[in-house]
Amino acid sequence: MTETVAAVTPTAAAVPLPSTLRLGLARAAVEIKVFFREKDAVIFTFSFPIILLVLFGSIFSGSLEGTGITVSQLYTAGLIGAGVMGAGFQSLGIGIAGDRDDGTLKRLAGTPMPRAAYFIGKVASVLVIAFLEVLILLVIGVLMYDLTLPRDVPTWATFAWVFVLGVSAAALLGIAASSLPRSAKSAAAVISMPFVVLQFISGVFIPFTEMPPWVINVASFFPLKWMCQGFRSVFLGDAGAALETTGSYELGRVALVLGAWVVGGLILCMTTFRWKSRRDG
Amino acid sequence: MTQAIHVRGLTKRYGDVPAVAGLDLDIQQGEVFAILGPNGAGKSTTVEILEGYRSRDSGEVSVLGTDPARADRHWRSRIGIVLQTATDAAELSVRETLRHFAKYYADPRDPEELIAKVGLTESAGKRIRQLSGGQRRRVDVALGVIGRPELLFLDEPTTGFDPEARRQFWELIEGLADDGTTIVLTTHYLEEAESLAGRVAVIARGQMVALGDPANLGGRATAKARVTWADGSVETDTPTKTVLELSRRFDGEIPGLTVTRPTLEDVYLRLIEQPS
Repeated sequence: MTETVAAVTPTAAAVPLPSTLRLGLARAAVEIKVFFREKDAVIFTFSFPIILLVLFGSIFSGSLEGTGITVSQLYTAGLIGAGVMGAGFQSLGIGIAGDRDDGTLKRLAGTPMPRAAYFIGKVASVLVIAFLEVLILLVIGVLMYDLTLPRDVPTWATFAWVFVLGVSAAALLGIAASSLPRSAKSAAAVISMPFVVLQFISGVFIPFTEMPPWVINVASFFPLKWMCQGFRSVFLGDAGAALETTGSYELGRVALVLGAWVVGGLILCMTTFRWKSRRDG
Repeated sequence: MTQAIHVRGLTKRYGDVPAVAGLDLDIQQGEVFAILGPNGAGKSTTVEILEGYRSRDSGEVSVLGTDPARADRHWRSRIGIVLQTATDAAELSVRETLRHFAKYYADPRDPEELIAKVGLTESAGKRIRQLSGGQRRRVDVALGVIGRPELLFLDEPTTGFDPEARRQFWELIEGLADDGTTIVLTTHYLEEAESLAGRVAVIARGQMVALGDPANLGGRATAKARVTWADGSVETDTPTKTVLELSRRFDGEIPGLTVTRPTLEDVYLRLIEQPS
């Protein structure tokens, strides 16, 4: 190195630092790269809904009375919801607990990276991963279980906003939940347990018509029920509305509840997020 | 010379336990400054307050002219931090990691040049998970200096190194110091402080118990020397005279002759034992 002392003198104040958005996208690129290199995480995230779809699709055949909708179609819609929730809530909840434990967060907090860029990177990477997951589930649904894809633009527009709102809510909740486990070791258990319960009460596996009202009321607080409802409206169409508790997909309420979770999740993240592990105080 | 770090009356308690109890510190720009102290002496707490990681209870702190508790991105881009053992970014290669972190800064070093400078050219394409402990630490240092910091913090950088890796690491740090980077180093290894630092502070029980250049720390240079030979040993202020007398007595070569001053370790152990 031939640098002189003068070359090291501050120039930082004069040269503007890179923008938050640009660094957020750079973070997303790195997050996606790392995700696909961690084989465990890939298998953990992708396999669960895919295996369940193949399993349930094979076990339960036939259609739901009076609607012409098959059970496997119902599961495809439900498991797309669960897959999105898994990629957001579960993988971020566990992944960020790992970032906190292995020093990633502490290192980043010591650099001029704006903290928002980290969150932008996480949410953007989850959007990409969840999109791939949905794509795989749809291919399986279409090829194996006669799922018919919508052919009109408004229905795909509904899919787009349910997907984006759902992923954002799930990702923000995952970021917030990542502060709960005491360490990376306990994270999988702490995060997965509520997720599994949520799937059972939110109509992913069991239609709401077969559930007691109090369970439906509890599920209605959480985003997964509404996300699945939105996806059912896209993939089951008008015929399936009869299977909903109110006889309608209530898309207005879906948007409202998911939107509220996005705002609430954001507030929760900003107020409770820990950049240091517990042993760091 | 201007001051890089200025601290007056710094205190920090954890519950009822005082970790830092009224510390004053002045570090000049361009200095290599070592902070020594036993575990729990308050050195990590002090350094983390200076780095902006930790809040303080009271006292005046200025790092590069800014209070680290109210620091912004621009201040962060002027400092570099090498934390104690981290295991992050395991699945990225050395090159990918440095290229990514370079994006955070307005005027970063060239990642390839830096890889060469820290001696990782041959491992640049390797995943960080596959590196040895010493190589991994070099990545940490490279990440610490990628933004051309004016001030670099090194927290126990060579813990767990074999002697050869440690010596190579010291050369790397000396190179950075020659470039004019101010370096603040905490360490358990006294020979590390002695080899690298221009000045050394010893911290015990949250307070500074000694400050000076390693050769004179705690009156080391003027302390009595011990002259030892085959069948005797004596502590004296005038070792040269003793050796001459012995030489006359043995009529030439003195069997088993050594003349020693207290090592930095002797001085250090005495300093941290004294109750405050």
